[in-house]
Amino acid sequence: MTAPTKSSAVHQAPDPTSGLLGTSRADQFFKGLLTLAALLIPLLLLALFYELAHGSAPAIAEFGLKFLTDDVWDPVAEIYGAWPLLFGTLLTSFIALVLAVPLSLGVAIYLTEFAPEFIRKPVAMLIELLAAIPSVVYGLWGIFVLIPILRSTVFPFFRDTLGFLPFFDGPIYGPSVLSASLILTIMIMPFIMSVSRSVLLAVPNSQREASLALGATRWEAVRTVIVPYARSGIIGAIILGLGRALGETMAVTMLIGNRHEISASLFAPGYTMAAVIANEFSEAGTTLHIASLTYVALLLFVVTVIVNAGARLLIWRVGRKSGG
Amino acid sequence: MGEQPPRMETDKLSAMYGKFTAVKGISLSFAANQVHALIGPSGCGKSTYLRTLNRLHEVSAGGWITGRVLLDGEDIYASSVNPIQLRRRVGMVFQKPTPFPTMSIRDNVAAGLMLDGRLPKAEVDEIVERSLRQAALWDEVKDRLKASALGLSGGQQQRLCLARTIAPQPEVILLDEPTASLDPQGTQRIEELVVSLKEHFTIIIVTHNMQQAARLSDTTSFFYIGQLIEHGTTKQIFTAPTHEQTEAYITGRFG
Amino acid sequence: MNPRAYRRFKSHVMVGLMGVAVLVAVLPLLAILVSLTLKGASSLSLAFFTNTPVPAGETGGGVLHAIVGTLMIVGIASLIGVPIGIGAGIYCAEYPASRLAGITRFVSDVLNGTPSIVVGVFVWTVVVAQQKHFSAFAGSIALAILMIPMVTRTTEELIKLVPVSLREAALALGYPRWRTSLTIVLRTALPGIVTGALLSVARAAGETAPLLFTALGSQYLSFNPDQPMAALPLVVFTYASGPYEEWHQLAWATALVLILVVFLLSVAARLATRQRFSSNG
Repeated sequence: MTAPTKSSAVHQAPDPTSGLLGTSRADQFFKGLLTLAALLIPLLLLALFYELAHGSAPAIAEFGLKFLTDDVWDPVAEIYGAWPLLFGTLLTSFIALVLAVPLSLGVAIYLTEFAPEFIRKPVAMLIELLAAIPSVVYGLWGIFVLIPILRSTVFPFFRDTLGFLPFFDGPIYGPSVLSASLILTIMIMPFIMSVSRSVLLAVPNSQREASLALGATRWEAVRTVIVPYARSGIIGAIILGLGRALGETMAVTMLIGNRHEISASLFAPGYTMAAVIANEFSEAGTTLHIASLTYVALLLFVVTVIVNAGARLLIWRVGRKSGG
Repeated sequence: MGEQPPRMETDKLSAMYGKFTAVKGISLSFAANQVHALIGPSGCGKSTYLRTLNRLHEVSAGGWITGRVLLDGEDIYASSVNPIQLRRRVGMVFQKPTPFPTMSIRDNVAAGLMLDGRLPKAEVDEIVERSLRQAALWDEVKDRLKASALGLSGGQQQRLCLARTIAPQPEVILLDEPTASLDPQGTQRIEELVVSLKEHFTIIIVTHNMQQAARLSDTTSFFYIGQLIEHGTTKQIFTAPTHEQTEAYITGRFG
Repeated sequence: MNPRAYRRFKSHVMVGLMGVAVLVAVLPLLAILVSLTLKGASSLSLAFFTNTPVPAGETGGGVLHAIVGTLMIVGIASLIGVPIGIGAGIYCAEYPASRLAGITRFVSDVLNGTPSIVVGVFVWTVVVAQQKHFSAFAGSIALAILMIPMVTRTTEELIKLVPVSLREAALALGYPRWRTSLTIVLRTALPGIVTGALLSVARAAGETAPLLFTALGSQYLSFNPDQPMAALPLVVFTYASGPYEEWHQLAWATALVLILVVFLLSVAARLATRQRFSSNG
């Protein structure tokens, strides 16, 4: 609508970024509805942060930052320290990344650069389907299929051959940090694969051809041209995978053994931030217990927001590079 | 021309995208029931100028204008004018055919009619038939009015868009290089139509095909880098241009 | 070996290694599908779909309560989440340069990666703790929060694919802007948006963590969204963590049903896109 104060000879869009002008009351109403919906999303982020901070206030007041370093979690004595949880979360995610990244990238690169057509499609589709399997189903499979195999053959083998390392020493339990890490590996692989595959597909063909024309072997083309071109996008995919791993709840809860202890051995049970919330939140009786769990949720939220924001910025940069 | 007041005219009209001026101070008038051609090399501002005539220019990012555009003597940029209503009086057909992909052939033609509230179905059907006949498409589609418009050929789609534009009975029809994406046969059909339609409508056509301008139009305006270089009857422009640039362009020495 | 042959050899070795990676990656994934089918199918029967649970220790019993629960919780979540997500997506596509669109787009991506358990805690705080009881409705809100950012992003991407020429044609015909958006642009992008929405519904249907302390779960068939309610993923979790062998059987069968629901939604989603839109522009 033209502002009434404007000279009738000049008709400038009131807001040059607004694109199409809303001109009627119905248009204004429509735009209002859309704005409301769009506004809701950033508000949601703020509300999440505010409510979690508010809910954890009693725990923050009681324990402060010592919460991050204390390793006693005792609901009976009302003492809470989250260090074993932080440690367990970081350790399982780290192991999962170390295992999943080379495998996923290998698969992604193979599928985009080398695989014959009849392999590409079915494998890509399988990956998409696997990304859709609910986490609780991975957990179920982990308990009843994966753990028995690990306990009877894989873990003893590790202990016999690598037992001189403290990580592979000690009694073998079924549910353990290593079991949880392995299920996490399986779960984040399809995710890292599909994101890095789309990043690799965005590398212009001219880059490939230029490299091959210089006499590079196909592997050299991948290593010297294609992967470097897509590098920040691939790093973004890995960080997104990290975000997934950090926040993954059900499968880890079912496989990690849920013990508030840090042990050098990967065969021992452990705990993660997400798992402790899943297990204890609905049974927490005291205000301080609930607040401490909320504090854990707040920490998890802040960490994943930072991780995801970083990953998105990296991926967007690649998009802009290949788009422009 | 000139005996009766013009149907449409512009007065020192400039059109900008943000800080860039695409059209510079153009004053032109268009008599009713004639075909007016706007010619010039690409980027000369003729399409932008056309889009100010139905206020579609302001829809582009950063689009704004100075000056006046009059339709039947009334300033269409006055704050009392609703651009939605205006666009029903000044219809437009684009370079590429733009049938609405989710609508049938019939619904495409009726698309502009349904806006003023509900018309009885019989009346809509009647207008659809009349418009399709005027667009010389009726015989080809009368048996598949309910089929998707996407099944038509490019030339048929463009005639469908023409039918859609004339269905609400606008006073002026703007054609923005309507044959640019068509084969010679499709082009010929559209050209024949344009000539036959001027009986009912005032037509302003942008083209960079000079033969087309010469064949169809009553008046021709030559644009160059956002400015109006020359305006006159088509005969005069093509046989005795007064400006060097016009002559250079129509004889194919540049552009 | 001369350097050239060595380079070619190295290239072959690397490709071979990647082939091995494909096998290693695909193997556990196939194993999951196989064990699900084998272990789950044996416990499936008609009664499994039409009965509710029996007391622990007895055999038989079904998951009708959880099927109804999942349908209701996810259904309500979709009613809340899909329209908001589509609205926000239209906003981002129609006002792409505006500041709000930039923020909304970015925050959507960030929220997409937020752990669902965190959303569960949030909804517990703002809904369950206020109402002082667990409810299916709270679970729906949690799932809706997870769906919104996903639907927003797909909607925006798909609307951007609709040619500008269509939008201008509608405006030139005298369509008001809101009508252009809804009846031309959105309508044209609709098949793709339906796909995106169904995929987000599929994802929500498989979520367990956000329901743990919102919908909570229940042993009974219930249609009241203001009460605790069962859901398929919750049932899998409960039965899998329980001590009884019969429960483990039920867990496998329930997981199979859940996977079928999720896969059916995913397949339906892909079918929706197959009826391609606009061929021009």
